Amino acid sequence: MVFDSHPPGQPAASQYQPGLGHGAFLSPGGYLGYGTSSFADFLAGAAPGLLPGAGSALPPGGAGPASAGGGRDLADSVPHGTTIVAAAFEGGVVMAGDRRATAGNMIAQRDIEKVFRSDDFSCVAIAGAAGIGIDLVRLFTVELEHYEKLEGRALSLEGKANRLASMVRANLGGAMQGLVVVPLFAGLDEDTGRGRIFSYDVTGGRYEEHRFHAIGSGSVFARGSLKKLYADGMPADDAILACMQALYDAADDDSATGGPDLTRHIYPVVATVTADGFRRLSDSESGEYAGTVVSGRMRAPDGPLAQLRQGPAPAG
Amino acid sequence: MPFYVSPEQAMKDKADYARKGIARGRSGVVLQYDGGILFAAPNPSTALHKISEIYDRIAFAAVGRYNEFENLRKAGVRYADMTGFQYDRQDVTARGLANWYAQILGSIFTDSNKPFEVEIVVAEVGSSPDEDQIYRITFDGSVAEEHGFVAMGGQSDQVAGVLKQHYADSMPLADALAAAIEGVSGPQNGERPEFSAGQLEVAVLDRGRAHRKFRRLAGPRLEALLAETRQPRSPAGGGAGGQSGSNGTGSSEPDGDAPPDSEPGGSGGGAA
Repeated sequence: MVFDSHPPGQPAASQYQPGLGHGAFLSPGGYLGYGTSSFADFLAGAAPGLLPGAGSALPPGGAGPASAGGGRDLADSVPHGTTIVAAAFEGGVVMAGDRRATAGNMIAQRDIEKVFRSDDFSCVAIAGAAGIGIDLVRLFTVELEHYEKLEGRALSLEGKANRLASMVRANLGGAMQGLVVVPLFAGLDEDTGRGRIFSYDVTGGRYEEHRFHAIGSGSVFARGSLKKLYADGMPADDAILACMQALYDAADDDSATGGPDLTRHIYPVVATVTADGFRRLSDSESGEYAGTVVSGRMRAPDGPLAQLRQGPAPAG
Repeated sequence: MPFYVSPEQAMKDKADYARKGIARGRSGVVLQYDGGILFAAPNPSTALHKISEIYDRIAFAAVGRYNEFENLRKAGVRYADMTGFQYDRQDVTARGLANWYAQILGSIFTDSNKPFEVEIVVAEVGSSPDEDQIYRITFDGSVAEEHGFVAMGGQSDQVAGVLKQHYADSMPLADALAAAIEGVSGPQNGERPEFSAGQLEVAVLDRGRAHRKFRRLAGPRLEALLAETRQPRSPAGGGAGGQSGSNGTGSSEPDGDAPPDSEPGGSGGGAA
């Protein structure tokens, strides 16, 4: 295998060269040998040019973190994903994302998908530079399956979350140039049967979120909305509807977040992870939830009203 | 170099060495059934596998020296994941993988003092039985494309002979497993040992599954399937172990005398 990402004159570690015996395959980063069970580590040795965000670093003297020059232009010229929400429910977790991608003031795509299956018991979504983000998700998905095939067992949920953190950290250079990508990760903890949510910052910081969380440009509004709508121990059905309401509120106040598009039948992508595994709701199912929200807003444009006065503290 | 050894002699010695190593282990079989491709091998270990998933539609089976074929298996997973990541998932094919393995095994056989003592099968399940692909790769890097069934290991010729008697196109899974068990039991006169679920490693590439087709059959699932294979074969009431497989006298089995398998080279085509 020859990858054109290698500088000329310097053979890839994995490159097969006739006459070298299996030394070429056995070398570090080669296919045969004693590498780790991480696909990302293998890729970094065998074909670093294929890593997400490789080549996104601008030439020296270009846009730095402090300069508002080239980095801003670059960031405005590529599609960015916007709002993602996630909420735990009884026996699982739901994740939903709007369908808009923006490049500066333009709507780059109105039906982009930002919520993905990462394996049978987890899902991941991205906000920020969509090109790098989708590649990051692709690598993460292969990483989980690769580990499972080599080791004969899947990673723990914590292990998956930590692996994603190091991948986000690897893009720190790109983030400093303005191409920020942050994922939201959620999955089922098979030991406890609970849904868990993890958020990230650009330096690879990993934070476990409890109950619900939102990321992306409309996340402030979505989180405020969820705060008033979310209840502990909600059934899946209610949690999905709460997420749909939160996305509507985000689209209401954030220009980069798209609401349900009833004319084109484009609705938020909704995925759930339960003991039965990952499931992405079909467009018609998602459309039903969106329809419920929209018809409710026809009567009350600001959505369901939260209780103003809290009742007395429960006795005892 | 103190002594001169002719290249012919060196190659012959290496091939003999590899064959002897492989012959020490037990055989494994791979065969098509109506819903996909079945893999079976005697293996009491639940941790060390002879049969494994490589990619969405591709699986790997091997006999011989464990550390060597395990190394090849991991290399194959890396190759497949790399190809799929670089291009697309549908661009990972058994054909490509078999050729890649042939390159590796061939170069190891030629260039190193000690050849790998392994024999491997790479199989891919297609959307219809005609699109299934089964490749057998031997220690010296020769590749043979097989149809219907393939046996590997030291006694592969005998095993293939037994399989030929019991194999039929589009068999149900239980019949295919029964044929596989006949095969790996070897042609023995009289009683053959019964396999329990704990002594067999069985897996399928299931055409009907979405995304990842590979599935291991173990524990209660395998027990149930094994019970099913025994049931119609011993109508006399559970006489230990069904029929004797040696000369195909399985009259109680509907497809006992299998229609002549028209595929040429159904077995043992690859050895140099």
